[in-house]
Amino acid sequence: MDLFEYQGKLLYKEFDIKHPNSKLLKNLIEIQESVELSYPIVVKAQVQVGGRGKAGGIKIANNHEELIKYSDEIMGMDIKGHIVEILLLEEASKILEEYYISFTLDRSEKKYLIMLSSKGGMDIEKVAEDNPDDLIKHHIGASEELTEDIIHEIIGKAKLNQEYTKSITDIIQNLFLMFVKGDCDLVEVNPLAITDAGVMALDSKVALDMNAKYKHSYFEDFEKEIPIPESEKNAKEKGLNFIKLDGSVGIIGNGAGLVMSTLDVVAENGGNAANFLDIGGGAKAETVSAALEVLEADKNVKSVLINIFGGITRCDLVAEGIVEATKGKDLVWPIVIRLDGTNSSEGLEILKNNPNEKIFIEESMDSAARLAVERGA
Amino acid sequence: MSILIDENSRVVVQGLTGREGQFHALRNKAYGTNVVAGTRPGKGGENVEGIPIFDTIKDAVSETNADVALTFVPPSFAKEAVLEAAFGGCKLIVCITEGIPAKDEAEMYDILKKETDSLLLGPNCPGLISPGKANVGIMPHEITLPGNIGVVSRSGTLTYQAVHELTKLNIGQSTCIGIGGDPVPGMSFIDVIEKFEKDDDTNGIVMIGEIGGTAEEEAAEYIKKNISKPVVSYIAGVTAPPGKKMGHAGAIVSGNKGTAKVKIQELTSAGATVVKTPTEIGEAMKEAISG
Repeated sequence: MDLFEYQGKLLYKEFDIKHPNSKLLKNLIEIQESVELSYPIVVKAQVQVGGRGKAGGIKIANNHEELIKYSDEIMGMDIKGHIVEILLLEEASKILEEYYISFTLDRSEKKYLIMLSSKGGMDIEKVAEDNPDDLIKHHIGASEELTEDIIHEIIGKAKLNQEYTKSITDIIQNLFLMFVKGDCDLVEVNPLAITDAGVMALDSKVALDMNAKYKHSYFEDFEKEIPIPESEKNAKEKGLNFIKLDGSVGIIGNGAGLVMSTLDVVAENGGNAANFLDIGGGAKAETVSAALEVLEADKNVKSVLINIFGGITRCDLVAEGIVEATKGKDLVWPIVIRLDGTNSSEGLEILKNNPNEKIFIEESMDSAARLAVERGA
Repeated sequence: MSILIDENSRVVVQGLTGREGQFHALRNKAYGTNVVAGTRPGKGGENVEGIPIFDTIKDAVSETNADVALTFVPPSFAKEAVLEAAFGGCKLIVCITEGIPAKDEAEMYDILKKETDSLLLGPNCPGLISPGKANVGIMPHEITLPGNIGVVSRSGTLTYQAVHELTKLNIGQSTCIGIGGDPVPGMSFIDVIEKFEKDDDTNGIVMIGEIGGTAEEEAAEYIKKNISKPVVSYIAGVTAPPGKKMGHAGAIVSGNKGTAKVKIQELTSAGATVVKTPTEIGEAMKEAISG
């Protein structure tokens, strides 16, 4: 789960990582009289999309008048479809040097990866492409320690200012601690800056590993503050793994791989999927009816394809769910069903015994996709 | 023959007293797998339908000579359970558990690799089956058929789909393996296909991949250099919307890799037959092994 900048900085506080003094602003009234920060103050839009600076979502205020003016301008701004509802006000520091640092998991090496560069504050992907030697990469096994010696070595390789080695080492150690103990998928700081007030993390890009939710109570608090797209709210409440797409064939399947494959087969047959919906392993009848309800809310859907390969999931329970959700109903769209695997013959029997003129059964994934595309045309 | 498991494998189930553990362990046993023990701290001395329970893996191994561990314990205990199985002497550990934090997985992998010679399959995988010999995990054995094709996949249900397509055409399987799709899987595609290449009774390999990560690209390179047997491959996610990238760091690490297009290109140039839909897997393999 990607965090807002201000949430990442709350974690900085937790892990003793130096960052600018700040105030979180949700309502302009809070700064009407004054603000307990010293000028100049940076006003930063809190949105989960890149390029906010260019879009005018970051401004520097030199006095109270400018602070009110800029806050008013940025609050409510639409940045690439994201409406600004929260501002982060931060004391601006005098920047002497800007570095880049990130911590992530390198899946192919199966080790943690630290990337460090003296060329911070700019497009780091471009640095990596044009001057790869300026980006130092260091892998570390997950059961190993990040020692001072290693940090000194990479600081040297990245040619950072040696005068600040001690404070940079401290901040790197704490960022690494936050990455590991805080169960982050990503901690990226650009820039990590040397300022007149010391070495500080000026920005934060943090993603949390939600599998570790049970370890940290604040994961849930952060999650509540992150808006879910309207189209996915309903599915999320029902505990379904749903992503809205642009096409007209509604898809329900079990297992992420099979559902992805179903989208492909629909495309092969000239159609376009309206969504990705994975009912997961061991789905019960209720899950299937919930999935159908979610699709009903999407006006773009013209036909529905249910593709199930039973493993832990039992086809008879899926069939019961379909019957339960559709019995006696005048269906808005045709449903094409393909059931295979565990208890598929029982499942097909249930469907046969509860006929509905808008429900069609197909034997293979290909023929089912073809029919769903045809019926939805 | 088959790889990793056969009729001589002796399986100890971690979490045998849990609902899922019990259901699948008994199914595996009914199939003919030697399920010789279960573990559950504090329940040593009891049994589940005749399968003796021990407090620790060490006890289970010394009493029953178990050599394969099948793990169903909840995510918060999984790392300890897998390490206990490895240090307790199990040579293969099959971890079904879903939802283990990535840091735990990475740490578990690192320790296993440095301090033991045990192999880990999973986590978050359906396990493996050598048809007619042993089933260790949650795969539906009904769709399998003993034979000579090795199947390896990152996805659970797509594995079943692929096996089903083979069986429909009367093409049997030596071993079917789901390696799981978590950030840090134990065995990789390469680890598995290397074993299929060496196995005298495997004549062809089906490899099912999906978008994300670079495991398929790495496998393609390996296939080009080391695999003489025919490979049929399918990659899911050609039309899937691009997934979120892990910041700039993620973009730098994955570069231009990870898309279905690149994976398909690299597998094709490695000599694999890449099919467009899972339904075509059976026919493609039939052709590959007859030619």
